[in-house]
Amino acid sequence: MFKLLRFLKGLALVCAIGAPLLMVIEVLMDLQQPTLMSQIVDIGIRNGDLRYVLTTGLKMLGCALIGLIGGAGCTVLSSVAAIRMSRDMRAALFARIQTFSFRELDRFKTSSLITRLTNDVTQVQNMMMMAMRMLVRAPVTCIGGIVMAISISPRLSLILALAMPILLIAMFFIITRSFPLFRVVQNKIDRMNDVTRENLLGIRVTKAFVCEDRQRERFNASNEDLMNTVMRASRISVILWPIINIVINACIIAVFWFGGRMVIGGELEIGKIMAFISYITQILASLMMSVMFIMFFTRAKVSADRINEVFDTNTSIYDVPNAESVSGTDLEFRNVSFRYSDTAEYTLRDLNFTIPAGESVGIIGATGSGKSSLVSLIPRLYDPSEGEILLGGKDLRQLKLHDIRAHIGMVLQESILFSGKVSDIFHFGQDDLTEVEMEKAASDAQALDFIREKENGFDSAVEQRGRNFSGGQKQRLSIGRTLARNPSILILDDATSAVDLATEAKLQRAIKAREGTCTLIIIAQRISAVMGLDRVFVIDNGQLVDAGTHRELMARCEIYRSIAASQLGEEAAIHV
Amino acid sequence: MSEEPKREERTEERPSGRPRGPMGGMMMGKPEKLKDFKGTLRRVLGYVVAKKFLIIGVFILSLASAVISIVATRLNGTIVDDFIETGDLPGLARILLILGGVHLFSAAASYLQNFLMITVSQTTSATLRRDLFTKVLKLPLKFFDTRSSGDIMSRMTNDIDSISTTISQSLPQFFSGIITVLGTLVAMFLLSPMLTLVALLLMPLMFITTKAIVGKTQPHFKRQAKELGQLNGYIEERISGQKIVTLFGREAQVQAEFAEINDRLTKTSTMAQALSGTMGPLNNMINHFNYLVICVVGAVLFISPNFTISFGDIFAFTLYMRNFGRPINEMLNLFNMIQHSLAGAERVFDTMNEPPETDAPGSIALTDVRGEVDARDVCFSYVEGNPVLKNATFHVDQGQTFAIVGPTGAGKTTIISLLTRFYDLDSGTLTIDGHNILYVTRDSLRRSIGMVLQDTYLFSESVMENIRYGRPAATDEEVQHAAELANAHNFIMQLEEGYDTILTDNGGNLSQGQRQLLAIARALLAEPQILILDEATSSIDTRTELAAQKAMLTLMKGRTSFIIAHRLSTIRNADCILVIRDGEIVERGTHGQLIDARGFYYDLYESQFKTGMAI
Repeated sequence: MFKLLRFLKGLALVCAIGAPLLMVIEVLMDLQQPTLMSQIVDIGIRNGDLRYVLTTGLKMLGCALIGLIGGAGCTVLSSVAAIRMSRDMRAALFARIQTFSFRELDRFKTSSLITRLTNDVTQVQNMMMMAMRMLVRAPVTCIGGIVMAISISPRLSLILALAMPILLIAMFFIITRSFPLFRVVQNKIDRMNDVTRENLLGIRVTKAFVCEDRQRERFNASNEDLMNTVMRASRISVILWPIINIVINACIIAVFWFGGRMVIGGELEIGKIMAFISYITQILASLMMSVMFIMFFTRAKVSADRINEVFDTNTSIYDVPNAESVSGTDLEFRNVSFRYSDTAEYTLRDLNFTIPAGESVGIIGATGSGKSSLVSLIPRLYDPSEGEILLGGKDLRQLKLHDIRAHIGMVLQESILFSGKVSDIFHFGQDDLTEVEMEKAASDAQALDFIREKENGFDSAVEQRGRNFSGGQKQRLSIGRTLARNPSILILDDATSAVDLATEAKLQRAIKAREGTCTLIIIAQRISAVMGLDRVFVIDNGQLVDAGTHRELMARCEIYRSIAASQLGEEAAIHV
Repeated sequence: MSEEPKREERTEERPSGRPRGPMGGMMMGKPEKLKDFKGTLRRVLGYVVAKKFLIIGVFILSLASAVISIVATRLNGTIVDDFIETGDLPGLARILLILGGVHLFSAAASYLQNFLMITVSQTTSATLRRDLFTKVLKLPLKFFDTRSSGDIMSRMTNDIDSISTTISQSLPQFFSGIITVLGTLVAMFLLSPMLTLVALLLMPLMFITTKAIVGKTQPHFKRQAKELGQLNGYIEERISGQKIVTLFGREAQVQAEFAEINDRLTKTSTMAQALSGTMGPLNNMINHFNYLVICVVGAVLFISPNFTISFGDIFAFTLYMRNFGRPINEMLNLFNMIQHSLAGAERVFDTMNEPPETDAPGSIALTDVRGEVDARDVCFSYVEGNPVLKNATFHVDQGQTFAIVGPTGAGKTTIISLLTRFYDLDSGTLTIDGHNILYVTRDSLRRSIGMVLQDTYLFSESVMENIRYGRPAATDEEVQHAAELANAHNFIMQLEEGYDTILTDNGGNLSQGQRQLLAIARALLAEPQILILDEATSSIDTRTELAAQKAMLTLMKGRTSFIIAHRLSTIRNADCILVIRDGEIVERGTHGQLIDARGFYYDLYESQFKTGMAI
């Protein structure tokens, strides 16, 4: 929690210091009021002294006005401080996530990163705003109340000396009991949200298999579980209020009794009893405030911990000092092995190959054989666990990340499009893209036709996640986005699975016909998508089994032949 | 691959853009105009009133607490006047004992009231959540097409949460507020009608300032909500697409865009918070002013010989005066809070009001399905005026394998979505064994059809449970057998805990192909009479597919099967191939017939084998 205070800086810091000071003013003024009020009644009204009532009353109003300035000022300053702090915190958090490599993104789930950036930051902001008001107000009111009480009558104040420890013990006892429960509540809420989200996303499965009842039971179980936990936690925590009430009211009765005797004995004016009681009430209010503050604090602490977890995570992939620029695009894998974590099995084993600039290579292999992992090493989305990858003769780890990614274009299996206009998608690839270049990229990606069919062409809107485009269209837009960058190495990771065969063929032809020497690496399920390439790599179980042309592989590679046979059928195999 | 835009939204939970004050009592701007304030309120109250006895209990207890606090305040006056002033110690002791008893009773009552209120609010929100969820399950797919899951999630959590907070805070406060105000008024009136009149005349002051401030802050809060929504939307989109940002090296630009939205929000919310924060101190000030006026008037009355008012009465009156403003202030805040949560309630009820999937009256349950499917002049459009399927007519005999082929967007997936009644056709008829599917219960229809969807979903349960979705009553052995048939057994055994491995994030720890194998196992377990394979093997590598296909062949034997595939090789053995293009059936026949016809199918087929060479 306190680590996050570093985001209080500049104006926010000034405000954060100013707010409590103004709050002190408000509290000090508030503390004057009971005395003044009792004086008005005690002296003014009792003696029928209208002048006294008025002058004291004006004093009271004056205090209230200063209090108002202090209170409102504190609110304004604390808002400024907390909101600016949360702005900076959010920006820093967002920036930190931007540095994450795929490894860190895999570790935090997307949804959890989003919650951290939104809900958790808001929680901390609310907490800060409250802290700036309460952290001063509660103790100052409490101590001020005690001081004023003592100044009225030290003897009566002994009552408080007895009551305070009792209250503190009760507070401690109940808080330590109920707060762990609230943490459990948070987990149960997460659990219920999970079940709900799954059901929204998997509604087709549920409907297809008529599993509504089953899902309802799953939901009800977690719903009831949540309800019971909340009730248990709340029931314990609300015991605190009547306890505080009883203790405070006991104090008031004691004040009446002892104070009353003192008044009768002529040691005390009756109005002072009233003032004393007012101070006790203020002390009560400050205690309740503290309890509430502690409740908020624990909740915000969970959020702060989650935020800090992100800040404490360092990216595993970054530029070394004096990183070099990319100077060539020949690609070489030297003894490369890879696994996703130190304890996991190896996904790739001892890969050795070179792909000279301009060559086109297909990669084919069974599900889970490591094809995607292999290509994700090329733009340095992950670093190899062993061995090295050379680009233009230099180890990838010695090159500027930004430069590597400028040279290597990769289209992922899942097409991710951001909302905006169609032209924005292409500009995301390359800022200074001319109209002609954009159309060329779109046309090569076989996207131009359907873009033109849209009412506003390149100015047509793209909805969130591109949901107003079909799967095949989204894939082609993704490819166009990458083509717009004119990459030296283009990697298609099963990026045309939703595109029909004729279109896919046209797309490949167009890419090959593009100017310049572009290395092309295509992962595909369909053998027809790779059989025309210069070479095909056959990957099995993380190893490179064979590499060669379609003809060569048909002649000598058993795995390749079986894939071909299953897809093309006997006749096609013979046909070749 | 499905040709329509993907229906399933991978939207994660989106935290609502609504601002929340740190405390319930904090002023909030008025929400957007409610469509039907009374109706929504009545419906929420309907949920609350269902707990009749609890509510009556809460009411009685609030009444008791309020009366006690009024009595206690009155006792304070009496204590001063009758006992301390007169020096009656035994009397003082007696009355203090009574006071103590009263407070003890009050504490017990308030605890009990809290206890009941927790039960009321928690059971109410649990009921609301249950009802909403149950309803959502019944809604047609059309509903999910048009709404992001984040939006529905936000109704389930944020909106219901705000309703329950409001109920638990507002009900007792409302009860006790009204009683306190009325009771205090009566007590004040008994003490001095004149002073009471003055106090009443002072009241509008607070209403006016509250109204003025709320009016000023309202637009700011509205803008804040909007901008927070924008910021959250941006965050959600970019973070979900972070991998693309990384790949394209666009970190700097994205950060700049983010900073702009972030700054805009900062300005607006500072305005909103700062303005609304002045409300408390201002009302405090007004309270003091009112108090002073009462004192002055009180002093005048005390001096004036025409009025007889005791000192103790004035003393008590000033005490009441201090307690008078507080509940009114609270109730003003409360009204705001209620408006906020009613806006949320309206969103919840909107969803609950959506028309569910219902069976036509007199629908029969399909039993012992043979699997004869007939379509006559079927037309359908997702969006009016944009037909996806035009006059489709075909017939599938029992046990036939029926393939649907065509380019992306031709309407292949639509045909089977109509067959399972995920959507209802616009015109024409679809029958199974001669029964029009519109007059068959949905459950029995779907039970007789087994589906392997291109875009399957796995729940965060064990592998075992996920397969069991096919047939909830299946034994572990049957599940394992289905997995073996689908060729999924081997990879499942390689998972850390085999069949007990808990899947996360839609099977994020599995490859696309492995997920599809599980989906196939699911369908195998269901043992349906009609089988639908929608691009079921598109992501399975062909070697695994070979094995999976063998399993599917056994499964298909004797069953009517619909197959949708890009890869023509997988459908060559179908009894009938339907070729569709732009929503129209252009050709039909067996593979051999279609090849001989040298039509559209022939072109598709040729392109598949020639392309490889042509590059």
